[in-house]
Amino acid sequence: MTAMVKAEGVHKSFGPLQVLQGIDLEVKSGEVFCLIGPSGSGKSTFLRCINHLEKINAGRLYVDGELVGYRQKGDKLYELKDSEVAVKRRDIGMVFQRFNLFPHMTALENIIEAPVQVKGVSKAQARERAGQLLERVGLADKARSYPSQLSGGQQQRVAIARALAMEPKLMLFDEPTSALDPELVGDVLDVMRDLAESGMTMIVVTHEMGFAREVGDSLVFMDGGVVVESGHPRDVLTNPQHERTRSFLSKVL
Amino acid sequence: MTVDIDKTAGPEDTPPAGPEAIRAIPVRHYGRYFSAAVAIAILVAIIYAFAQGKINWGAIPDYFFDDRIVKGVGQTLLLTVLSMLIGIVGGILLAVMRLSKNPVTSSIAWFYIWFFRGTPVLVQLVVWFNLGLVFEYINLGPIYKDYWSSFMTPLLTALLGLGLNEAAYMAEICRAGLLSVDEGQTEASHALGMSHSKTLRRIVIPQAMRVIVPPTGNEVINMLKTTSLVSVVQFYELFRYAQDIGQTSGAPVEMYFLAAAWYLILTSILSVGQYYIERYYARGSSRTLPDTPLQKIKANMLSLSNRPAAGGGA
Ligand SMILES: Nc1ncnc2c1ncn2[C@@H]1O[C@H](COP(=O)(O)OP(=O)(O)O)[C@@H](O)[C@H]1O
Ligand SMILES: [Mg+2]
Repeated sequence: MTAMVKAEGVHKSFGPLQVLQGIDLEVKSGEVFCLIGPSGSGKSTFLRCINHLEKINAGRLYVDGELVGYRQKGDKLYELKDSEVAVKRRDIGMVFQRFNLFPHMTALENIIEAPVQVKGVSKAQARERAGQLLERVGLADKARSYPSQLSGGQQQRVAIARALAMEPKLMLFDEPTSALDPELVGDVLDVMRDLAESGMTMIVVTHEMGFAREVGDSLVFMDGGVVVESGHPRDVLTNPQHERTRSFLSKVL
Repeated sequence: MTVDIDKTAGPEDTPPAGPEAIRAIPVRHYGRYFSAAVAIAILVAIIYAFAQGKINWGAIPDYFFDDRIVKGVGQTLLLTVLSMLIGIVGGILLAVMRLSKNPVTSSIAWFYIWFFRGTPVLVQLVVWFNLGLVFEYINLGPIYKDYWSSFMTPLLTALLGLGLNEAAYMAEICRAGLLSVDEGQTEASHALGMSHSKTLRRIVIPQAMRVIVPPTGNEVINMLKTTSLVSVVQFYELFRYAQDIGQTSGAPVEMYFLAAAWYLILTSILSVGQYYIERYYARGSSRTLPDTPLQKIKANMLSLSNRPAAGGGA
C-alpha cells in the first residue's frame, strides 16, 4: 500500500498563534483515517492544509507522492501558481461542517458546476452522472430543489455528491455531521460508510466514535497541534495509552 | 373588500364553541382623522393654487409626444443605460481591486473612490468638457490621434462624467455585496478546483447580486434624473429639449412640468423592472419566491371566483 497523504513535521501558525506544531502521519491509499481531538486542536486547519486552502509554515506535506503547494527542484522549493494549485485540488474532495452548498443553484446545478466549469465535461454528461450520484446518496427526487428547501442531512449528502462528481482520489470530511440534528446524522454516516466500502481514501474529522470504531482503519488523536496518539480505532478508543486521550474520550463517549 | 366582509360575517354566523368572544368598543383614533383632514385640506389648497396660476395646461399634451421630446427621452434613456453600464462594470472592477490582497491595486481603487465621490458630478462634467483647454491633442500612440475637441463629443463627455462618477458609488455597493457572501462559498468553490475568476463569476457575484441589486436600482433611478445635468456639456436630452421648446414656444414652466411628468413615467417603469430583477436574484434564498404582481392579481381573481364554491372549506 502506498501513502495517499504523508505529513512530515507540518507546522502552521496564524500570526503568533501556533496551531500545528509538527504533525507526522501517513494515510494509506484506500483507508478510512479518523482524526479526533478537542475543539481548537487544529484538526480543521490540518485538513485545509492538505488541499492548500492554508499554506504550511514548515515541514513537508505530500498527497499521492507530490508536494502540496510547491515544486521541488534540486534542493529549492518553488511555489505553485494558483492555477496549478487548482488543478491539484480537483483530485481532493472536501466536505464541510456547514455544507457550503451554493444557495443560488439547485442540487443538480451544485453537482454539475465543477465538472462543467473546471473539467469541461458536457452538460448532458454531467447531468447524467449527477443523477446517478444523487441516487447513490438517496436523493434522486431532490435534483431540482434549492439548498434552502433541503434538510441539513439532505444538504450534506448533496455536498458529498458534489465532491464525488469530480471523481476525487481522496475525500476530506470536516465534522460532516456536527451541524446536524441527531436523527439526521445516520443518513449521512450511511453514505460515508458506503463510500468507504467502495474503497475511497477518506480522512474524517469526527466526534462520532461509533463510526470511527466501525468504519475507521486508523485513528489519530490530536491535541495542542500535535499527534498525541494513533493506532487502530478499536485499540485507541478502548485502551488509550495517554492521559490526554483518556480524559478527552471520557468527555465525548 | 370581500375579505373584510367574510371576516366579520364569519364569527357572527357561527359563534365560537369555546369561551365567549370579547365584545369591546375599539379605541377611536381621533388623531388619525384629524391628520387625514389636514393633509387633504393642504392638497386641495395646492391644487387650487396651481389651477389659479397662469399655466397653459393645454401646452403639455400638445408637446407631450413632440418629436424633439421623444428623441430627448430616447437620449436620456441611452445615456442612463450606458452610464450605468460603465458604472457597474467599473464598480465591480474597483470593488474587486479594493478587496485584493495587493496593496497597490487596493490603494488605487481607494484613491479613485476618494476622488470621484469627493467632487460634485457637475464639476466633473465641466472639467471633462474643458480639458480641451489643457490638452490640444489626444494621442494614444499609433492607435489614435486627434484634436481633443473633436474627440470629446458631447456624448463621450457626458458618458465619462456620469459613468466614472457612478463607478465610484457602485464600487462601494459592490464591495458590500461581495463581503456579504459567506467565505465558506469561496472555500467550497476553491476546494472543487475552481479558479479565482470562475469562483468570483459563478459563485460569489451571483450571490452578491441579492445585496447589490436593490441599491443599484436606486442608482439607476438617480442616474436617470442626474442625466438632466449634462446640458452643460451641450448634450441634448429630455430636459434640454424641453427647455429649448419652452423658450421658443413661450411656455417654459409648462415644459418643465412636461419634463417632470416624463421623468416620473420613466422612473415608475424602472421601479417595476427593479422588482422583477430583485425577484430573480432572490431565487434559492427563501423557500418560495414572492408572487409577481401579475400572479397576485391572478390569485385574487381565482380566490374571488372560487369563493362561493369553496364555501368554508378553505
Ligand atoms: N484563519 C485563521 N486565522 C486565525 N486563527 C485561526 C484561523 N483558522 C483557525 N484559527 C485558529 O486555529 C486554532 C485551531 O483551529 P481549528 O483547526 O479550526 O481547530 P479544530 O478544527 O480542531 O477545532 C483555533 O484556535 C482557531 O482559532
Ligand atoms: Mg474544526
